[in-house]
Amino acid sequence: MLTIAGKTFRSRLFTGTGKFSSPEVMQEALLASGSEMVTVALRRVDLANPADDIMRVLDRDHFFFLPNTAGARNAAEAVRLAKLAQASGGGNWVKLEVTPDPRTLLPDPVETLIATEELVKAGFVVLPYMNADPILALRLQDAGAAAVMPLGSPIGTNQGVLTRFQVAIIIEQARVPVVVDAGIGAPSHAAEAMEMGADAVLVNTAIAVAGDPVRMAQAFAKAVEAGREAYEAGLGARRTEAEASSPQGGLDFLRE
Amino acid sequence: MFVAPDFQQLRARIAASGPEAVERALAKGRLELDDLAALLSPAAESSLAVMAQRSAQLTRQRFGNVIQLYAPLYLSSFCTNRCAYCGFSAGNAMPRRVLSFEEAEAEAMILHDRGFSHILLVSGEAPAKVGVEYLETVALRLRDKFAAIAIEVQPLETDEYARLFAAGITSVAVYQETYDRTVYDQVHLAGKKRDFDYRLATPERAATAGLREVGIGALLGLSDWRAEGLAMGHHLSYLRKAFWRTGLTVSFPRIRPAKGEFAPLMPVSERDLTQLIFALRLFDPDLGLYLSTREEARYRDGMLGLGPTRYSAGSCTVPGGYGDTAATGAQFEIGDQRSLDEVSEAIRAKGLDPVRKDWDAVFQQQDQGRRRAA
Amino acid sequence: MITILCNGESRRLEREMSVEELLASLGLNPETVVVELDGRILSRPDYAVTKLTEGATLELIRFVGGG
Repeated sequence: MLTIAGKTFRSRLFTGTGKFSSPEVMQEALLASGSEMVTVALRRVDLANPADDIMRVLDRDHFFFLPNTAGARNAAEAVRLAKLAQASGGGNWVKLEVTPDPRTLLPDPVETLIATEELVKAGFVVLPYMNADPILALRLQDAGAAAVMPLGSPIGTNQGVLTRFQVAIIIEQARVPVVVDAGIGAPSHAAEAMEMGADAVLVNTAIAVAGDPVRMAQAFAKAVEAGREAYEAGLGARRTEAEASSPQGGLDFLRE
Repeated sequence: MFVAPDFQQLRARIAASGPEAVERALAKGRLELDDLAALLSPAAESSLAVMAQRSAQLTRQRFGNVIQLYAPLYLSSFCTNRCAYCGFSAGNAMPRRVLSFEEAEAEAMILHDRGFSHILLVSGEAPAKVGVEYLETVALRLRDKFAAIAIEVQPLETDEYARLFAAGITSVAVYQETYDRTVYDQVHLAGKKRDFDYRLATPERAATAGLREVGIGALLGLSDWRAEGLAMGHHLSYLRKAFWRTGLTVSFPRIRPAKGEFAPLMPVSERDLTQLIFALRLFDPDLGLYLSTREEARYRDGMLGLGPTRYSAGSCTVPGGYGDTAATGAQFEIGDQRSLDEVSEAIRAKGLDPVRKDWDAVFQQQDQGRRRAA
Repeated sequence: MITILCNGESRRLEREMSVEELLASLGLNPETVVVELDGRILSRPDYAVTKLTEGATLELIRFVGGG
């Protein structure tokens, strides 16, 4: 079981709620994923379509809402969005996203650290989305982050865990759960992250835009479980070169 | 705060490791504590050559073809503790001495002129003779002349470590001696050192104060070396997570004949020591590993390139002994009597570079960043 | 007649009204909407007792899909 800030999750697959073709498809896909935590964004109400509330289909008793700060370009905007999310009944959890570059949507490490410090002081449970930088992960943990969410590859690219080497270091050093976020484009990517020892993955686009989002959600659920199982079972190490099974000599100097 | 695991449970965990566990550990990239237990077990003894090969490979990958050289500088032989195994123990009748600042500086200059830029300041635990102020003064006098100044003295408080760091001390070594509480109580007969837990928390205090490097170790020969190794693994894992800015080192002092004629309670052979060194290298490839002149030249030469990264050379364990070679009152007898040049030559003969410097204490200052409160 | 700025658009209201009345007139369920009035977040119980005055700047915000 995965525990973040005292809350336990049976499923290690977190899902996003963006980009689905309809609220109904989203609902069915998220139920099929087995996911217990879903991310949501905050936006101005569209006054032309005031009844267009896609959240009406999600049972808050079934899905734990993790509001994000998507759209924030600096720490101040992120803190404001987090407080709005809290006022919206989103609880005190927040997936912190600070993405000043609209082209890549890569997270700003400096503003993310500043916002994490502020939000932790204000009593939030902060899960920062971050580039896969091990030192940044440590600094965010030092600042009180409840989990860290390194990206596998830039958001929406479906490229998989291109940051594999860095994510492995983050996992090895982590004092809090590591959730690989962004870039997970196929179930095999999710399994790979889980095999490496990630505590969870967050998937949105790959499910939302699949030909059949419901079946894709099921596929991700299986992949996450398989990856976790493999990690816990203990994978054999990959080798870059063959190693002699019985090396000769080298210790002849030993006397005792 | 680090809590020492129960020593008997550590022994049981190691004893339960079979050949399959050893096989698994040797096949892994990143080792966990269970893997360390396996590599420390008797089941791993037949794999010592494989461990040597992997240890050598990891050491080369992480540190390059380099051995760092250092020398101890004994400041004082006064000690208020009575420890059954130590030549400086309060009960031992021997000439005692504390160096004046001028004498300490003169000794240091001898080492400096020999080419050392890493020194280790050592003293017994006698705060009235060698306290924080004394150490601070020595550090300030030496910081411009040495790249790294480590201390192996009595455990201090966090603010005291911070003060010494500001004065130029770069690292702190505090050996637990044994992680076996029962034996710890038996061999530490009197003095402040009787407090196992205060000593155990010392590396954390030093790391909290911002020291660049913290060293731990067990005095081999007091209790079961395998369980000491696993206990150190636990300690290192804790320190790595809690103090990620701090470099970690391990020393492997093996009990040698000393003035008190203390015979090891559980003797550790060269082969045992070797297995312990390899197991810890495989468990944590980033560790600085010390192999001091307690060990003989033959063994030290044999181990070159296989795991240890730091060698002392030309050491003297008598305060004032570098200037006055007739001085008596050593903490322990030296196993490798060779000079720095001779040791350097042996290192070069193995295709390694003897390095005398890798940092300048004069650069260091308090971190302005927000340090995690331990 | 007063004018307010709501989600960036200028709106004319027939009379002074509470936030709750405005949300009702827009067909919005107050349980799903958070209101920021002149840069300050209103708590839900205040919707009924907070009057909108000339020049008020309102942000009406709610959860939408997001990753």
